[in-house]
Amino acid sequence: MLSWSIYISFAGALIAALVPKGKPAAARWWALAVSVAGLVLAVAGYAAGFGAGREVIVDVLWVPSMGVHFLLAADGISRVLVLLTGIAAVAGVLFSWNVELRTNQFFAFYLALIGGVYGVFLSGDLFLLFVFYEVAIVPKYFLISIWGSTRREYGAMKLALYSFVGSAMVLIGLLAAYTTAGSHSTALADLAHAGLPVSFQMWCFPLVFVGFAILAGMWPFHTWAPTGHVAAPTAASMLLAGVVMKLGAYGCLRVGIGLFPHGLDPWGFSFLGLGSWRDVFAWLAVIGIVYGALVALAQTDFKFVIGYSSVSHMGFVLLGLMTLNQIGLDGAVLQMFSHGVIAGLLFAIVGRVVYDRTHTRQFAELEPMHLSRRLPFAAWAFVVAGVASMGLPGFSGFVAELQVLVGAWKANPWWTIVSGIGIIVGVAYIWRAMQKAFFTDALPTPHELESEQTHKFPPITWPEIAGVALLGISTLVVGLYPRILLDSIEPAVKALLAGGAQ
Amino acid sequence: MNYAALFRATLPETALEIAALLVLVADLGFLRKAALEIRAAVAALIGIAGCAAAVWGVYAAGWAGFSAGSDQLLAAGGSAGVAQIAILVLTALTLLLLIDTDFTRNAGEYVAVVLMAAAGGLIISAAQDLLVIFTGLELLSLGLYILTAFAKQSEKSAEAALKYYLFGAMSAAFLLFGFSYLYGLSGSTSLPRVILGAYMASANGASPLLFIALVMIAAGLGFKVAAVPFHLWAPDTYEGAPAPAAAFIASVSKVASFALLISISATALHFMESFHVIGYVTGTVIPAGAPLPHITPGFVAAWPLILIVLSAASMVFGNLAALAQSSVRRLLAYSAIAHAGYILLGLAFFSWTNASAQAILYYILTYGLTTIGAFGVVGVVERATGSDKMDAFLGLHKRNPILAAVLLVLFLSLAGIPPLVGFWAKFNLFAAVLGVSAGPIPFALVALAIVFSAVSLYYYLQVLKRAYVMPAADESPIQAHPVTLAVLIAIAAAVLVLGCFPALLQSWIVSFYA
Repeated sequence: MLSWSIYISFAGALIAALVPKGKPAAARWWALAVSVAGLVLAVAGYAAGFGAGREVIVDVLWVPSMGVHFLLAADGISRVLVLLTGIAAVAGVLFSWNVELRTNQFFAFYLALIGGVYGVFLSGDLFLLFVFYEVAIVPKYFLISIWGSTRREYGAMKLALYSFVGSAMVLIGLLAAYTTAGSHSTALADLAHAGLPVSFQMWCFPLVFVGFAILAGMWPFHTWAPTGHVAAPTAASMLLAGVVMKLGAYGCLRVGIGLFPHGLDPWGFSFLGLGSWRDVFAWLAVIGIVYGALVALAQTDFKFVIGYSSVSHMGFVLLGLMTLNQIGLDGAVLQMFSHGVIAGLLFAIVGRVVYDRTHTRQFAELEPMHLSRRLPFAAWAFVVAGVASMGLPGFSGFVAELQVLVGAWKANPWWTIVSGIGIIVGVAYIWRAMQKAFFTDALPTPHELESEQTHKFPPITWPEIAGVALLGISTLVVGLYPRILLDSIEPAVKALLAGGAQ
Repeated sequence: MNYAALFRATLPETALEIAALLVLVADLGFLRKAALEIRAAVAALIGIAGCAAAVWGVYAAGWAGFSAGSDQLLAAGGSAGVAQIAILVLTALTLLLLIDTDFTRNAGEYVAVVLMAAAGGLIISAAQDLLVIFTGLELLSLGLYILTAFAKQSEKSAEAALKYYLFGAMSAAFLLFGFSYLYGLSGSTSLPRVILGAYMASANGASPLLFIALVMIAAGLGFKVAAVPFHLWAPDTYEGAPAPAAAFIASVSKVASFALLISISATALHFMESFHVIGYVTGTVIPAGAPLPHITPGFVAAWPLILIVLSAASMVFGNLAALAQSSVRRLLAYSAIAHAGYILLGLAFFSWTNASAQAILYYILTYGLTTIGAFGVVGVVERATGSDKMDAFLGLHKRNPILAAVLLVLFLSLAGIPPLVGFWAKFNLFAAVLGVSAGPIPFALVALAIVFSAVSLYYYLQVLKRAYVMPAADESPIQAHPVTLAVLIAIAAAVLVLGCFPALLQSWIVSFYA
């Protein structure tokens, strides 16, 4: 059932491209219908597979001479991320309801991107995973460069090249693993059981891990993320932060850790206190958490704050992966979901609800606008999203980050202690953004009141309300009852830890 | 010599030559007064019929080949068969592009020269003898020089042809010089005997004569495939030649030249394998079951080394130089150099099983197909805007959405983005390289190739960016001839379908090796 989410997205993209230019409404409704169908499939697939282990959905020999399978499979982790993709896809369409320029092409690229993302999360074959991973690159480039804003061509090209270099590293690792395992099969399960030599895993693991982690925004390879997010149109930045960065993290987990578990073994010597790749990447993640938060604190552009916050929050995912214990990995997967929803909400408010009305994202220009009075919906939605992002109990971010920190403490208390700084700064930058953009102290001057009367903002539209509600409720439900996802994640993580990629 | 057998083995070439003569008769005889479009269409159709007949000829000749005495002159089946069919199909496609061009008033002569050059390509794909190889190469090359110069009104075309001709003549001289040394070393012109002689000559340490010969041959063949440092003709020729001729040079001539390199490598490795088994070089027969000694005769070490140098230089230089181009034709030329580099890597680490040959043929076939489509698009845009600069592609998605979509598919395939066929070709080739030897050197070279194909995405995107992203000053629609459009759509569809079902083409290639 889940596999249909891939097929309908690609078919939907093709049909969206064929919608006549003069009918933007048709393209919009079509995209909404396709993405809702994807969400329905994701929810149904999640409910049907709840508590079940790994199941193979499709397994056809694709390239017999090379042992490449068209193998789609889902376990608890995949199902959670497919669910996230479904939610983010619907929300993205809702927040791009006002795209008037080349609407049909916009939604064609959009749905192609979604299809690639579904594909990555459901692939049970390394090769197929790589194919879907690369399929997602090109639509991203065009979405940003055609419909984007600030320095869009630069941001788009940077993102495309970073992604492509990352995937080149993955491809090198893929080829090496495939030939080392005897060139029989590229199925993840087969490769995991091929008994790749430890010395091989030692150098192949960092290659593949970094290749994927570039897209997950790992410091110091994160620089595509803020520029890309800021340049992207609202829906694309929601997808970038919401699901595309998760592709990278998912690859790190499924391929990096799943195929090369011994790559994390100690080197046998220590350099600057680092004794294994695990230490290296965990510290990079911790640096990313703190660095992203500190840089977010210094931004003058509203969207850059959210862009850097994504780097910080994705650091938690990578840190969770490097704990290599049950609770840390649970937290990492839950954080992928949580950040996907919360970052989507934040980008939607900044990019769509605020920017499309004020036409500026500079705090200095937003301050005199007194948005809390003029756009109360935006202000309160941002408060909800902001506290969720800070990690307030009751929202999904709290559960996820707490688990990561507990797992990290078990592995190395210093990781937790340093990351704690990131959390504190995280509260500060959200608070600062909230205050500067919406809740300024100064009372409006008569002149400002006058200009408010003459330049009224367009009213909030129903797609915006629906989108905010969808994302807000998702984070709240998971925050209040995390077991709805954790019961699915836990067995899958356990299986992954126990035997490579199952 | 059995002339009946020779006729049988050269049926496809004969079919092409007859078609070439028919074209001339029809064009200069019956259609002298007809309009240019009709003459071009008739000439192209006769040419395509000739190609179809030649395809039939390839199958009808069976996998017999042709031998004079005990020496085989022409091989058949296997790599030769695949390459011949590919040459014929690609030739037919370039002829279809001719229907909508106006660079010449002599469509008949153009088609005739194309067919004769293609016949040369067929010969070198199958040739197993130095003299036959040289004859075939000259037949092909002379045709290419004429085709390059065919736009008589264009100064660029004449300049490109002259450059191509001068470089070509020199490289042919190098090749012949190298062949003469090989003949001196082995006393034979038959490829297997030549290689046997080369082994014998280098059994007790490599002979300097052999090295000179190999370097000369590498220069001669490196010119044909446009490998660095013998690539200088390529950008000028691609830029100056009429679009269908450029497409022909970029596809058919490449397929034929790589087929020749495949047959040289395959013959060489066939011997190496038998040496390993019987210990020919050391003169001692190894008892059954004993571990095989690692024998590296000078020839075996030198030839891959030369190919590796050419390959790495082509990958690096081709991709870096392409970054700086503003003309799409020159960009395609440098990208062709880079692609030649990837393929040479496959030849340097060649497997004595058929895996390498098949992977290389897969690559060059799909590359040829893609590049014909790319030149087709360039040709249409050039006729409408009068320029092949990148800026001529501005706003193409509005001016002709179908053309823009075709360009998108073809360029992404050249960059190696899945699920397009270019990605599978690369993967297949690199997997074959690593399958032969998984040591650090082949691995490092494959890594270099993959990293540089990431670089290549940048320049392909530069063109696509203009077609899709940047605003255009001129948004008047570009009209393309329905036939051209149909050909381009078919090529793009093939690139997509073969990419989604890569096993189709692969099993077709494998079927020739039965």
